[in-house]
Amino acid sequence: MKTHADTDTTLQSESPVMEKEMKRDPVAALSETSNTNGDQPMVRFAGVTKRYGALTVLDELDLDIAPNEKVAIIGPSGSGKSTLLRVLMTLDPLTSGLIEVDGEPLTHMRKNGALVPASLAHLRRVRSKIGMVFQSFNLFPHMTALANTIEAPMQVLGLSRKEATERARELLSLVGLADKCNHYPSQLSGGQQQRVAIARALAMRPKVMLFDEVTSALDPELCGEVLNVIRRLGEEHNLTMLMVTHQMGFAREFADRVCFFSQGKIIEQGPPQQFFTSPQHERTQQFLRAVREAV
Amino acid sequence: MRELFPLLLQGTLVTIEIAALGTLLAIAMAFIATAAKLAPWAPVRWVGNVYVEVFRGTSLLVQLFWFFFVLPLPPFRIELTPFTVAIVGLGLHYGAYGSEILRGALRSVPGGQFEAAVALNMSAFSRMRRIILPQAMINALPPATNLMIELLKGTSLVSLITLSDLTFRARQLDEATFKTAEIFCLTLVIYFVLAQLLVTLMRHFERRVSHGIIAHSSRQITQKAAS
Amino acid sequence: MNHFFDLQYAAHILPDLARASIYTILITLVGFAIALVLGLVLAILRRSPIKAVSRTVGFVVEFIRSTPLLIQVYVLFYVLPAYGITMSALTAGTIGIALHYACYTSEVYRAGLNGVARGQWEAACALSLSPWRTYSGVILPQAVRPIIPALGNYLVAMFKDTPVLSAITVVELMQQAKNVGSETFRYLEPITLAGLFFLVISVTFAQLVRQLEFRLRLP
Repeated sequence: MKTHADTDTTLQSESPVMEKEMKRDPVAALSETSNTNGDQPMVRFAGVTKRYGALTVLDELDLDIAPNEKVAIIGPSGSGKSTLLRVLMTLDPLTSGLIEVDGEPLTHMRKNGALVPASLAHLRRVRSKIGMVFQSFNLFPHMTALANTIEAPMQVLGLSRKEATERARELLSLVGLADKCNHYPSQLSGGQQQRVAIARALAMRPKVMLFDEVTSALDPELCGEVLNVIRRLGEEHNLTMLMVTHQMGFAREFADRVCFFSQGKIIEQGPPQQFFTSPQHERTQQFLRAVREAV
Repeated sequence: MRELFPLLLQGTLVTIEIAALGTLLAIAMAFIATAAKLAPWAPVRWVGNVYVEVFRGTSLLVQLFWFFFVLPLPPFRIELTPFTVAIVGLGLHYGAYGSEILRGALRSVPGGQFEAAVALNMSAFSRMRRIILPQAMINALPPATNLMIELLKGTSLVSLITLSDLTFRARQLDEATFKTAEIFCLTLVIYFVLAQLLVTLMRHFERRVSHGIIAHSSRQITQKAAS
Repeated sequence: MNHFFDLQYAAHILPDLARASIYTILITLVGFAIALVLGLVLAILRRSPIKAVSRTVGFVVEFIRSTPLLIQVYVLFYVLPAYGITMSALTAGTIGIALHYACYTSEVYRAGLNGVARGQWEAACALSLSPWRTYSGVILPQAVRPIIPALGNYLVAMFKDTPVLSAITVVELMQQAKNVGSETFRYLEPITLAGLFFLVISVTFAQLVRQLEFRLRLP
């Protein structure tokens, strides 16, 4: 399955063996062509600060995320969790600090040994490795589920309609919506829309997937179908995942690491077994207590 | 009454022609003005703003007279046929209003659409062309329909710069036959009918273009689910 | 002969134009006052429970809104005399423009009245308030706030529509500008000055309306 991406992206397959693998696994991002070796982080936040006027939302944040790691980010509202994802997705600019994706700086680039603000081409190239799913789905209402999923691969990656449609159908059946390809978002339930949103993001073959409170806008009985898709994605494919979530149960059983955010800083982080059973910090304990009481 | 029809019909055709061409120019000007107002260069933005303020802030008749009486004289010496003056005047005048409608329509597209397009790494051009503009145009249709009716009514003013539109013919007939009441009432009815036709056309167009966006009835969903 | 804007000539014709502009302003103010009151009456009539009344008024309003002002003033000035009703061009013009814009203001009032929550009407009914008291004490004060900017915009629109009356020989600003121009064949200065007059007043007024809108916004 030959694809012709932007000349700069590194998702091209040269060997026939890799091609076959790609045919089997629509989500596969090829580690062969990535810039990271085993021990370099896939995403690195270094001294990241985001201020809105006098309000500091992210405060000198340092965070490394390893390839294929699943990180859950929890914390009270206003703590900066969503902002973390938004600056990574370049939806909001940084006030200061550096973000690296797959070994390359995101909003800056190296020129003659120094770091300068990134050109648009550089930004788009590095950004192409990240995909995002939003709390309010943000599906394009004037397009069917299929059209939503083929739009970016055709416009940005330059896939032909046939190739993009093939890829889209595979992804839509992966998320369990093969029969809803020609439905418009207005005809789908919230859970179905969110699953289409996941398929749409995956169609761009990102290496990092960001999930910004993806179940918060759903009725409780619809959360399960979305979480199941995310769980399967994590288990069956090589994806680095960053999830801002209120679903403590899901974070506990699915995440490799849980980070607790408060007032723009990471207060505590660790593997879920340790994090949920014996939190170290006062603030973390407070938060977890309040969450448990609410259930 | 019968003998009035042929001439009035002729005038109606001219009115429709002027309205249609004026609308096309107005649509073009609306896009140009909105693009200018959003341009990254200050002088371009300034030109866009001045255009919209001047053509919205003065009356259509003043503009038509200006193009008709002032332009042919020194220092401009631009002779335009009444027909051209009509199209240009209507197009520029209603284009200014149109750009406000377009601006409002662009802002009415939810911010999440923009963010989703960025997350999918779409270029600014693709984003505007494929995602934002289609949705904005659909939102712009109701106010645009109202503006088109205003334009239709505005065409009556071209009779004052000697164009043989419906209003001009009505006056002609009045001066010839003095059947004043019948003529003008008939004229009013013709304008009214034209306006209603326009509204019906636009509503039909609106429905066709937004068929996926509006939630379908539950009957349709169950039908589709069964298929 | 000076081919660009002749300031001397402009200054010379200014008094004539200024006098005529008074008529323009007069027509606008009187016409709008009528439109304000008449529009409210029309809006209330359209809410009448008697179907015949509401439907007829609705149709008439729609008809007047969808047809050109020019033809309507022609009817008032040229058609009515045949039925015994003669009036001066100024009167016909003012009434014509007032009637036309009353149909627009009635829509604004309707939107405003519809905007007041249903519960208010029901509360007034439960308190046995008379229709007069319901409107004046409860409904109108709440409906007024959002409609003032819309009404302001129609005032500006009416002001800009006054040149249409030149077609029935009302000597307002535009007609005067044409007259002056035809005397000397210099149209540039009179029409430009007239245009500037409209521009300055309508832009200023539009700004005032925007500020008013801002001040009236509910916190």
